[in-house]
Amino acid sequence: MAEFFHRRLERSAIGFVLAIIGVSAIGGFVEIAPLFTIQETVEEAPDMRVYTPLELAGRNIYIREGCYACHSQMIRTLRDEVERYGPYSLAVESKYDHPMLWGSKRTGPDLARIGGKYSDAWHVAHLINPRDVVPQSVMPKYGWLMRNDLRTGDLGRHLAAQRAVRVPYSDAMIANATADAYGQASPDSPYASGVSERYGEATNTRAFDGDPGRLTEMDAVVAYLQVLGRLTDAAHRQTAAAER
Amino acid sequence: MVAGLTVAERQSAITVSALVALCGIAMAIGGRDDLLGVHGVIVLIAGLSCVFLVLAKYFEPEPSDERLTHYYDDPTKVGIVLALGWAVIGMFVGVWVAALLAWPDLTFDAAWASFGRLRPVHTSGVIFGFGGNALIATSFHVLQRTTRARLPDQFSPWFVLLGYNLFCVLAASGYLMGLTQSKEYAEPEWYADIWLVIVWVVYFLIYIRTLQRRKEPHIYVANWYYMAFILVVAVLHIVNNLAVPVSFGHAKSYSLFSGVQDAMTQWWYGHNAVAFFLTAGFLGMMYYYLPKRAGRPIYSYRLSIISFWGITFMYMWAGSHHLHYTALPQWVQTLGMTFSVVLLVPSWASAGNALATLNGAWHKVRDDATLRFMMVAAIFYGLVTFEGSFMAIRAVNSLSHYTDWTVGHVHVGALGWVAMITFGSFYALVPWMWKVERMYSPKLVEVHFWLALAGTIIYVFAMWNSGIIQGLMWRTYNDSGTLAYSFIDSVVPMHPYYIARAVGGLLFLIGAIVASYNVAMTIRMARVRTTAQGAEIDQPALPAAAPVLQPGE
Repeated sequence: MAEFFHRRLERSAIGFVLAIIGVSAIGGFVEIAPLFTIQETVEEAPDMRVYTPLELAGRNIYIREGCYACHSQMIRTLRDEVERYGPYSLAVESKYDHPMLWGSKRTGPDLARIGGKYSDAWHVAHLINPRDVVPQSVMPKYGWLMRNDLRTGDLGRHLAAQRAVRVPYSDAMIANATADAYGQASPDSPYASGVSERYGEATNTRAFDGDPGRLTEMDAVVAYLQVLGRLTDAAHRQTAAAER
Repeated sequence: MVAGLTVAERQSAITVSALVALCGIAMAIGGRDDLLGVHGVIVLIAGLSCVFLVLAKYFEPEPSDERLTHYYDDPTKVGIVLALGWAVIGMFVGVWVAALLAWPDLTFDAAWASFGRLRPVHTSGVIFGFGGNALIATSFHVLQRTTRARLPDQFSPWFVLLGYNLFCVLAASGYLMGLTQSKEYAEPEWYADIWLVIVWVVYFLIYIRTLQRRKEPHIYVANWYYMAFILVVAVLHIVNNLAVPVSFGHAKSYSLFSGVQDAMTQWWYGHNAVAFFLTAGFLGMMYYYLPKRAGRPIYSYRLSIISFWGITFMYMWAGSHHLHYTALPQWVQTLGMTFSVVLLVPSWASAGNALATLNGAWHKVRDDATLRFMMVAAIFYGLVTFEGSFMAIRAVNSLSHYTDWTVGHVHVGALGWVAMITFGSFYALVPWMWKVERMYSPKLVEVHFWLALAGTIIYVFAMWNSGIIQGLMWRTYNDSGTLAYSFIDSVVPMHPYYIARAVGGLLFLIGAIVASYNVAMTIRMARVRTTAQGAEIDQPALPAAAPVLQPGE
């Protein structure tokens, strides 16, 4: 009977096409559609903040250089990972990550909680030549980050595109994106105050690459690395609650 | 190429190429302050080259109606050559990135040569360049033979083949410049994605139009797989690549999805790219060329049905097993694991079906390296699907995920299954296409077989070892209950395995070079003979081209 049915099906090209689409659609639909509708998918974290324009630019450079190929940003709920890297990652922490950078390979360590762990100078040295600070490292050198000036003129457009995919950037943030990128990396400039005004007092404002005179790609990448795992405290609070 | 087109087809070729060139101009102007402009120039050059290519031969005589009495194989021939070209490029870059992990300073301080930018050139080069061209080339061949119908026209196959290669060029050159959206196996940016959708729709239309003209009542098994490949890849590609570009003058875009939803969508895509690009498509290849070469019908029609619908239904559930222990809700992880384990059944149905087909033809396997390529591919397909189901189990995945074990696993599939079935099919197909009795050198086929097998085994064992060492070191505790190793401690023992991997990859690359040489010499041999005899011989006229295999056998 089943064989008879199939022999009929394989005589109809359109029927076969529709059958393939129908049969293949079920699994993906059942697993993906609910993630957008049910509340439990992403936790609430009122203190969650968006990336500053400088950090977003750094994130884009991180993507450009393919860093995600060797570094994950997802600490799993396994004992050794929590002990090695810190509290496991929550969904809310990548809520504003378009796209996510959870990664699939750790040729190098996970970076989900790297923010604040090392000094800016360490990061700069490490990116210029990883083997200067970690002799056994197999990471490539990224010397050009220090040589390239950061492209900032179109950061407002970037923020606007982010808003189009539902990241809550305000009109003021979009209008001041370029100035904020400058201000964050040159704390003595008149632009600096706007950054903490718009993105919060806790925002890092300093010359990340050690040179306040120039805004380089290094500034952006280090600013991004220093904020990983620090956009919200939710993960730390959750672990503390569990331990109690 | 052009001489085979009718005047109307030449005109549409010029029109479409000119439109492509116009798009290139628009991109070059709109993106003049951005890397998008560079891609605009590449698109412009591609479009203009096609215009000139057609114009140069525009006034040549039209092909006579005699063309309708035989199949249209020119795109298949060009597709085979392109696939081999991409194989050599993609595998060369693969060996290079493997070497970079052993000797990280091989980048000579140039951004384009760093690991993060070359790695996607390798993956896209072999998957989309080599694999994709091989699938397009063989699907056009299989489609015509199994339906006993000619392709519906002569322009659209060229549009698909060359348009697809333009996509591959945009992808590879984009990575070198740092253009990537960072979604694994879906790295090209929005404009390249849109272009691929257009190409893909035409590909589907060729398929469905040919099927509608078929002279066989039943649709042959291989075509089920090729159709699932075309259809589902289209769905996956469109959903996963939904994004908002920064502007029409920017190459950069932001994914519509974020965080956990983006991760699920990405792995739904990523896992099913494996299912429908790297499995279903190549199963289509296997279900035609293996029985054909062995001279035996497929062992079981029912197993074919079980395998096909099982794979089509179950694979779509399995992607979430890539996200065990992450912030993805656990019910989705569990579903992914369950379906991944059950997926072994339809996978082994096909692997078993292939091997059982060879029953009674084992002497041919012994003597014929081409058939041996196909047999070993079926064995590796069985192995890799077993390993895949096993690695989807939560406890195993907690160890294997993020390590080289995963890299080893995908290369069991990529080298052992995908590349081997492709080379086997090519060695069968090339003499048929160029109308010669055999490959230029069967000895070199034999050499290639052993190079490929040795390369695969060295590669995979190196990665299994390094991956398991890595995974175990990360979770080892000492007596006082603290972690025994720092992360960098686990990097140091990888060094010899990274070298071994580069050696294994190098052997595989040499094999691909040998194959390219052999195919080139076969083509030359065919040319020499055609000139000597002054006429094409043994062109299979349609009425005589009755298939050896009846559908459903």
